[in-house]
Amino acid sequence: METLRLILALPRGGSTIADRIDLLHGFVITVTMLVSTYVFVMAAWFTVRYHRRRDDQLTERLTATRRGEALIVVGVLGTFLLWWVIGFRQYVDVRDAPEDAEIVYVDAKQWMWKFAYADGRVSNDVLTVPLGRPIKLVMISRDVIHSFYVPGFRVKQDVLPGRYTTLWFEAKEAGSYPIWCAEYCGVSHSAMRGEVRVLDSEDYARWKRAGDPTLPEADCGRGPGSCGEASLLEQGRVVAERRQCVACHTLDGQPHIGPTWARLYGSEVALADGRRVVADDAYLTRSMMDPNADVVAGYRQVMPSYRGALSSGEAAALVELIRSLRDAPAGASGVTLPRLEVTAAGDGGTAP
Amino acid sequence: MTTLPLPRAASPDGPRRTTPASYLEAGTTVRSWLLTTDHKRIGVLYLVTLLATMALGGFFAMAIRLEHLTPNATVMSAMTYNRMFTLHGVIMVWLFLIPSIPSAFGNFMLPIMIGARDVAFPRLNLLSWYVFMAGAALVLLSTFLGGIDTGWTFYPPYSSLSPTAVPLALLGVFVVGFSTILTGLNFIVTTHTMRAEGVGWMRMPLFVWSIYATSIIQVLATPVLGMVLLFVVVDNALGWGLFDAARGGDPVLYQHLFWFYSHPAVYIMVLPGMGVVSEVVTSYARKNPYSYKAIAYSSLGIAFVGFLTWGHHMFVAGMSTFDAGAFGVLSMLVAVFSAIKVFNWTWTLKRGAIALKTPLLYVFAFLFLFVFGGMTGVATAAMSLDVHWHDTYFIVAHFHFIMVGGTLTAFLAGMHYWFPKMSGRTYPERLGMLSAALVFAGFFATFFPQFLLGNAGMPRRYFNYPPEFQVLHVVSTVGSWVLAVGLVSTAFYFLWALRWGAPAGPNPWGSRSFEWRTSSPPPEHNFRRAPSFEIGPYDYTQPLADEEP
Repeated sequence: METLRLILALPRGGSTIADRIDLLHGFVITVTMLVSTYVFVMAAWFTVRYHRRRDDQLTERLTATRRGEALIVVGVLGTFLLWWVIGFRQYVDVRDAPEDAEIVYVDAKQWMWKFAYADGRVSNDVLTVPLGRPIKLVMISRDVIHSFYVPGFRVKQDVLPGRYTTLWFEAKEAGSYPIWCAEYCGVSHSAMRGEVRVLDSEDYARWKRAGDPTLPEADCGRGPGSCGEASLLEQGRVVAERRQCVACHTLDGQPHIGPTWARLYGSEVALADGRRVVADDAYLTRSMMDPNADVVAGYRQVMPSYRGALSSGEAAALVELIRSLRDAPAGASGVTLPRLEVTAAGDGGTAP
Repeated sequence: MTTLPLPRAASPDGPRRTTPASYLEAGTTVRSWLLTTDHKRIGVLYLVTLLATMALGGFFAMAIRLEHLTPNATVMSAMTYNRMFTLHGVIMVWLFLIPSIPSAFGNFMLPIMIGARDVAFPRLNLLSWYVFMAGAALVLLSTFLGGIDTGWTFYPPYSSLSPTAVPLALLGVFVVGFSTILTGLNFIVTTHTMRAEGVGWMRMPLFVWSIYATSIIQVLATPVLGMVLLFVVVDNALGWGLFDAARGGDPVLYQHLFWFYSHPAVYIMVLPGMGVVSEVVTSYARKNPYSYKAIAYSSLGIAFVGFLTWGHHMFVAGMSTFDAGAFGVLSMLVAVFSAIKVFNWTWTLKRGAIALKTPLLYVFAFLFLFVFGGMTGVATAAMSLDVHWHDTYFIVAHFHFIMVGGTLTAFLAGMHYWFPKMSGRTYPERLGMLSAALVFAGFFATFFPQFLLGNAGMPRRYFNYPPEFQVLHVVSTVGSWVLAVGLVSTAFYFLWALRWGAPAGPNPWGSRSFEWRTSSPPPEHNFRRAPSFEIGPYDYTQPLADEEP
């Protein structure tokens, strides 16, 4: 099995279905190689054997027999149908998740993966799953089509806007497996990568505890944003300053060149063209990437597009920052100028 | 029974004018070319145009390969890279591969091959070239006005939202579609109504069968593409939201409509190539096709079943498992027709009198690459494998084996095979063989590693890639340089041979096919006397009497 994978340059088979698929792969490719080489060799042999001797040489008429043709059709069709029967059975298995699978919700957007677990936790770009248990992903996209692809598991499924699609797998080896977006989704398509972390039961239990907000001391390297790297909210503050967001948007409720971020998240916003939209994650992301799509009533179109300028992580961090300000008290301090003072980060826990 | 008037009688100047020796001498001004209704000249106009677009598409391809020398940015930004692969795809598919063999060689050869003096609608034929030029101009204009970054498949909602010049490029492709339809219609009517005496349906050269089958697909499928592209144009330019889920549209519907055209389009690209292979194999082997009927009917089989397989592009797009399975089985069926052809070509060589010339060398390359490319395509219809391969470099390698290994190789075979027919001169044979070897080696080195990259999981259209893939990418890039050297040297010796090549004589290959039964280059109206072909196009059992000129 490992030799086969080495020859075919396949990544390790980390899921329960990988071995069967790779065997079919080996079978199919071997037949393909043999047949194309056979055709080529026969053509070359005929060329040598029947090379032209005289310039005006004539040939006898030679035609296929009905029997020979039927044999070829039956042989070829038989081989192809055999491939299909094996392949289709495997395909059905790849598509149909077992009933007892654990569900994780996947939210894809340019250019990040967001995972929401059954117990309410969320993580970005890192999907943590237990070893040996079927996991079913219920996926939707917020913008364009993406495709969730884990080569190590031999699974892939397009993620569509406006429609849920599902994918399941059961990991049989602990470790880290890359997630790649396989459907072209824009300028940072190739940066839309993530990671599946498969943990054995002990590590998984520890990760679950670490992810528990009541336990502030995180287990290094296990939970999302647990150790070393700054929390998403923290990153959001840094990004807002570095990208000069705060030059126009205040965090304390004061209107400035652009609308304030305080109490924005989840509120209903009146737009210049009369529409009213709810300021959810999708709206906020769109406003960063395509600011002129939904201009808020009373403001001018001055914001440049950050499409391509903000990385997926940065956009997520900003959304997280804005979300943290959702319950900021009304008319807070009199600070009008955009200094970064988060006095009312009302989500407890991670804020300093 | 069509009777052909003598060329002299058709001449507007009456009997006083001496008939020019060939179509090339029937007028030498630019005007005589641009306003010509001679199918041969229109074929040449197409050929020159298509070689230019191929060079442009090839330039973008080289840029893409160069960029992939290193895992991160090498010579361009991600934005530029996305435009490059989109333009490469759009230009190669619509401005080269789809019109390549039908519009250039089909135009030139089809009427001669059935003993006609022109196509059924010569003025429509010229119009189709102008329509093509207009569409191509729109596509090229879009590259200067922001380019286009959606990939050649234009999947919404990305293509509905992309701020690049999507509407302009799509309108260009839309316009090019009309040229395809006009040409296809012309060929169908010509084949039905203008066959000369002695050219029954079962006596047509096989190239005519393949062009006929291709034309049917072109006429039936292209309108669907036109419609769906217009939908994307209004989505993008006017915000109609037909494919935008946020406004109740369905992005997957687009994929169905797009592939309903674009899968048959694969056969538009490869069927004419198969026709060329049939001609080249029989001519150099001096042999009747192993089974004429099998090759002819399988062209029609491909044209028909090809319409029922589009769903295999969408196994992971969110289709029901049952539908996907049905498309899988149907895809297996269409492959059988290609397999029949391959075995027939190979067995045609048996007991032939084979002369190994450059075109035959290209046909051998075709056989190997097409079988390998085709069977990897069948492999993706073994559906669980497609889940892993979909949208990876495996697919990229697979369709390049078909498009380049199949169509482009056949195109080059046709270029060499018919060069004496079109120009009256011969190309340098040794240089031809050497270049063919370079093209084959370069092609194989470019695209074979991409199968392995795809197996390893490398998704297509990735600007940055994980560093562990670099070795295979470098091999692929170096291969592309070899391929380019082969193609450029081919271009040079053809240019050289146009002026300095030795005169070819009417039938340098000793072929029986009907296009060789007149002088090379042919006279203005193809035959000096109304032809009646007593010896069939593949009858090598008796010497060919000097029927013409």
